Amino acid sequence: MARLNANNLTVAQEILSRYPVPRSALIPLLHLAQEQDGYVAEDAMAHIAELVGVTPAEVMGTCSFYEMLKREPVGQYMVNICNGISCHLLGSSDLIHHAEATLGVRPGGTTDDGKITLEAVECIAACTEAPCLQVNYRYRNQVTADDFDQLVDDLRAGTAGVAPHGQLAKVRQHIGDDRRAGVSPPDGQGEPAWMARNPSDNGDGS
Amino acid sequence: MTAPAPQDLRIITSRFGIEDGHTLAGYERTGGYAGLRRALEMAPADVHGEVRTASLLGRGGAGFPAGVKWGFCPPGVWPRYLVVNGDESEPGTYKDRLLMERDPHQLIEGCLIACYALGLSQCFLYVRGEMAHAQERLAAALNEAYEAGYVGANVLGAEDFSVDITLHWGAGAYIVGEETALIESLEGDRGMPRLKPPYFPASIGLYGKPTIVNNVETLANLPWIVSNGGEAFAAMGADSSTGTRVFAVSGHVANPGVFEVPFGTTTFRDIIFDPLYAGGMRPGRTLKTFIPGGASAPWFFEEHLDLPLEKTTVDQAGSMLGSGAIVVMDDTTDVVKACHNVVRFFARESCGKCTPCREGTSWLEKILSRILAGQGRPQDLDLLMDVCDNISPGIAWPPRQTTICPLGPSAVSPIASALERFRGEFEAYLPATAVTVAGVAS
Repeated sequence: MARLNANNLTVAQEILSRYPVPRSALIPLLHLAQEQDGYVAEDAMAHIAELVGVTPAEVMGTCSFYEMLKREPVGQYMVNICNGISCHLLGSSDLIHHAEATLGVRPGGTTDDGKITLEAVECIAACTEAPCLQVNYRYRNQVTADDFDQLVDDLRAGTAGVAPHGQLAKVRQHIGDDRRAGVSPPDGQGEPAWMARNPSDNGDGS
Repeated sequence: MTAPAPQDLRIITSRFGIEDGHTLAGYERTGGYAGLRRALEMAPADVHGEVRTASLLGRGGAGFPAGVKWGFCPPGVWPRYLVVNGDESEPGTYKDRLLMERDPHQLIEGCLIACYALGLSQCFLYVRGEMAHAQERLAAALNEAYEAGYVGANVLGAEDFSVDITLHWGAGAYIVGEETALIESLEGDRGMPRLKPPYFPASIGLYGKPTIVNNVETLANLPWIVSNGGEAFAAMGADSSTGTRVFAVSGHVANPGVFEVPFGTTTFRDIIFDPLYAGGMRPGRTLKTFIPGGASAPWFFEEHLDLPLEKTTVDQAGSMLGSGAIVVMDDTTDVVKACHNVVRFFARESCGKCTPCREGTSWLEKILSRILAGQGRPQDLDLLMDVCDNISPGIAWPPRQTTICPLGPSAVSPIASALERFRGEFEAYLPATAVTVAGVAS
């Protein structure tokens, strides 16, 4: 797979414009590559290295630290069953076993049709909704075995309403050029202007 | 039992029931951005003064007073940055995600107030990668707030106050919740904690510059504090734990939920048993143990129920309120499995930088796994404690560290708690023959 395409290159440039140091954009750019291809391809890492001004090895170093960034193709849908303590107490192990039996794969495995990758993950912050899971990082709460089977059917039929693996937020940040304050580089300006404001100027001392 | 918090005591969850509370229109209609307007009428130092007066404790886990932390920026060193810690990942913790999803403008307003008070010239809002919905709610809110003139160039028309808020997101790593690891991650590196000192990024942080790192819930309190005054905030709750706090109560309770309560005066019994909150145990069940402040916290028991949810009291009782996560276990709980679950978490999430944590947490997990598989050895329970002692000498509270950050010692908490209280349940997993075999072998 590929370097970032023309559209995504534009998005990448806009992301980069929001950071005073380009390297800070690495993780968002890796997510962008994953959104494009479903995983982070080596060519994409090389492209990101060029954009950010580091070596491909440094991009790999960062990429390999983070669990969400996949460097090999995965299923179209990542089904991440929470196995945190709150979900554990309310039956996540049973749900994981059920999922293994239903899908015929162990956590980390992908179904033969390439549709679903199963993962048992750490706490996903929906503890009062245990046991819970995420499909491509969208929540399903208080999941029963029947709910799970229905979800798998819907995913296979393409009726679950979940975007393919890689896409996170459907809304991107966008700052209009006239609204931009401007990034603040570390070797930049001194004390910001507003710090010189004096309370006695507006009678608001205490 | 003290009076539970009625609706009107809510500070930061007041818009949770409002359908459009996450939009700019809904936020403005319900008093949104009044705190920012008020702050801009004050001198920055006076805004800082209000937060000091409020005695607002950080809501991320360590509970350090925010106003004091803010004061650690070295004078004359610029620029300074604000980094928002929205990497909520502590098992059992579930509040920052709701605050980001349901009231994103409140957080944005809090960020702006902090930037104004301290002269922070750019804000980075670091959201946990797995929280796609929170990311899009914040992106939408930021886009609205920029358009409406609340964020970016010339905030509310002020010629001298401009600040950008950059929405950033992670990619799955618990350790990034540690503030120096968060900064490493924000600089595009592997999220490994930095060596201390300096103890606070306020002196040397992002790009080597003074950086304030605050939790989502901490910042969400600022609009109310500035609008109503630090004294009004300090008047709520207890002397040393002021305002309200949001707790997630999960596990074996009748009504798991996320509750905002007066900080320091509500007790564990109130929040676990009161019908207004978690509503007690599931029918027919009794309390066995509970985790009072996230997976890193030592466990509490029946005798701790009447302690108030107050920082100092809970610290002195040998645990912590941590990140506001109360996980309740009833009499059906297999504590060895529960203990293994929590330890496995730390073993998986250890970043590998410090040997005692990298090796220690994974050995603790392996030993517990073999005990659960019926292959435990008679000396394993003492071995567990020995490994714990190597990670955190003396197994004391607060924990001593042989590591750069508290992740390693956090894995000690569940083992020390469970083994001390339920040693028999661990022994029951040891095969009877193991004792004989080991005896012969020695």
